[in-house]
Amino acid sequence: MTTEAVAVSSEVYDNRVAFADELIELAEHDDRVVAVCNDSVGSSNLVGFRDRFPDRLINVGIAEQDMVGVGAGLANAGMIPFVCGAAPFLTGRSLEQIKADVAYSQLPVILCGMSPGVAYGELGPTHHSIEDLSWLRALPGLDIVIPADRAQTRQAVRQAVEHPRPTFIRVGRFKVPDLPQQVLERGRFQTMRDGVDVTIIAAGTAVSRALAAAERLEGDGFSARVLNAAYLNPLDEAAIAAAANETRAIVTAEEANVSGGLGAAVARIVLEQPAPARVPVEMLGFRDFAPTGSAGFLLELAELTEAGIARAALNALQR
Amino acid sequence: MTEQSAHQLRTAPAQRAEWLAARQAIAVADPSERDQILHRWATRTRRSVVSMIDAARQGHIGGDFSVTDILTTAYLVALDVDPAQPRAEHRDRFILSKGHCAAALYSTLAFAGFFDPGELSTFMKPLSPLNGHPNRNKVPGVETNTGPLGHGVPVAVGAAIGAKLKGESGRVIVVTGDGELQEGSNWEAFMTAAQYGLDNLTVVVDRNRLQQGARTEETNHLDPLDDKFAAFGWNVEQIDGHHYGQLADALTRPSGGGRPHAVIANTVKGKGVSFIEDRVEWHHKVPSAEQVKQALEELV
Repeated sequence: MTTEAVAVSSEVYDNRVAFADELIELAEHDDRVVAVCNDSVGSSNLVGFRDRFPDRLINVGIAEQDMVGVGAGLANAGMIPFVCGAAPFLTGRSLEQIKADVAYSQLPVILCGMSPGVAYGELGPTHHSIEDLSWLRALPGLDIVIPADRAQTRQAVRQAVEHPRPTFIRVGRFKVPDLPQQVLERGRFQTMRDGVDVTIIAAGTAVSRALAAAERLEGDGFSARVLNAAYLNPLDEAAIAAAANETRAIVTAEEANVSGGLGAAVARIVLEQPAPARVPVEMLGFRDFAPTGSAGFLLELAELTEAGIARAALNALQR
Repeated sequence: MTEQSAHQLRTAPAQRAEWLAARQAIAVADPSERDQILHRWATRTRRSVVSMIDAARQGHIGGDFSVTDILTTAYLVALDVDPAQPRAEHRDRFILSKGHCAAALYSTLAFAGFFDPGELSTFMKPLSPLNGHPNRNKVPGVETNTGPLGHGVPVAVGAAIGAKLKGESGRVIVVTGDGELQEGSNWEAFMTAAQYGLDNLTVVVDRNRLQQGARTEETNHLDPLDDKFAAFGWNVEQIDGHHYGQLADALTRPSGGGRPHAVIANTVKGKGVSFIEDRVEWHHKVPSAEQVKQALEELV
């Protein structure tokens, strides 16, 4: 995998814009596409969709359990509902609806968790969504997609319409750069860069930082592989096993609580490997409710930075 | 371990034919003949529930009996569904939100030919598709997986919005328990239904006035329930939930004025068996061999 052709962009973008643009484009050609929201027309960036398709924007008000159930009913009726709400409330308030009405019922509802992770910064832990990956990863039959940039966000939306199935898409608000072009493939990590010493498996906002950390490690004489964990369910167990068998250490980096998200997922697969491949795993992410601070500040505090990820890689290699 | 069942349930053609014949007979019958047919089918369902719960040694007999006449009338009089095509695009939707009353639902579906009534004996047995709460991917005719309370109405609202968006004339009927209305998700959905003018939606409340642990009114009272629905912008009516004429009328009459339709069906928990009727302990008590015998003697 070469990455010379296109570099990481210097500009950064809000993935919600790409999400909404793609959704409108798809809705033009497919009248099954509807959006459901919880008074989040603005924060889910659905103003354009509403103006274009007023009948196909179902705003249930501030009622997340209802919102997810309504989404399931719309799917039952043959529509393709994109259920949009701030990730903490969409996942936390309606977790049982996501479990029973969507995942267990196997209805093709596309749950769009807006502004996930610590995007809401100073608004505090009530508004952070760092538990979502732990909660949702426990649900069989629910795809979990964490697009790392605008292009992947668009691909995630398009694939949801082309192959509707129960899905959670984390739609980032914290601005990220465009990455070297990657094809989003269900259940696969993308190899952003190959390496032989250490593997960095990063998701969402951490991917561009992981690439920068790999550059820094190269300067220190270490070769780092970087995997973009754009799908957490289904999990790319083969890529994790390969990382454990082909490199000497693994770092995971996610804007989530490490207890049940990407880090825990990777650790399980590593522990299932034969002894020599049970390599050290360093998990970057959150371990507590976050203190007051901007999203950028909190990512730094969690070491989810170029320097922090590189440091974790060196630590892992020395263990 | 993956989630799997011993076998797939399929349409039972002979049973479906019997069900179609009963529907046609009801369509031309006078009220007394209609009531006789419905009583016969409901009694068969109640007897089936007794046998299923006896064999499984678990279940929810009280709620099964209070909802049986509603289920029977819905499937023989009101719903436009075809057991041979349970996922037909233009079907009416029926959702049993009180999913713990699966034995009554399974019996109703089986006697309509959605699957072979012989399967009912596997209820809650290892790997049976007939779980303690209904699963749409295993049981033909089930629209959504229920069991946790307060889930059916929001899904029904979504299905009703979907039908309107597609310009379909199909209706959605959802049955909830009354204790279940203590779940806030219902009231979120009641507001949405009124906001969207869902006159293709009927909510039937199985108002048996008992919940698992006590009377509803002694737990977290619901009355005046009709006023609550009216205040939420619904057309509301109270009926006797064991009166076939009132049920048939309420379940077939379109809701007017662009408003959703609430039917408060006053029922008796345990209806049909004297020692089970209106007794809180029979929420999920299992009858002894002697009690099974007595129940079947009463259910004729």
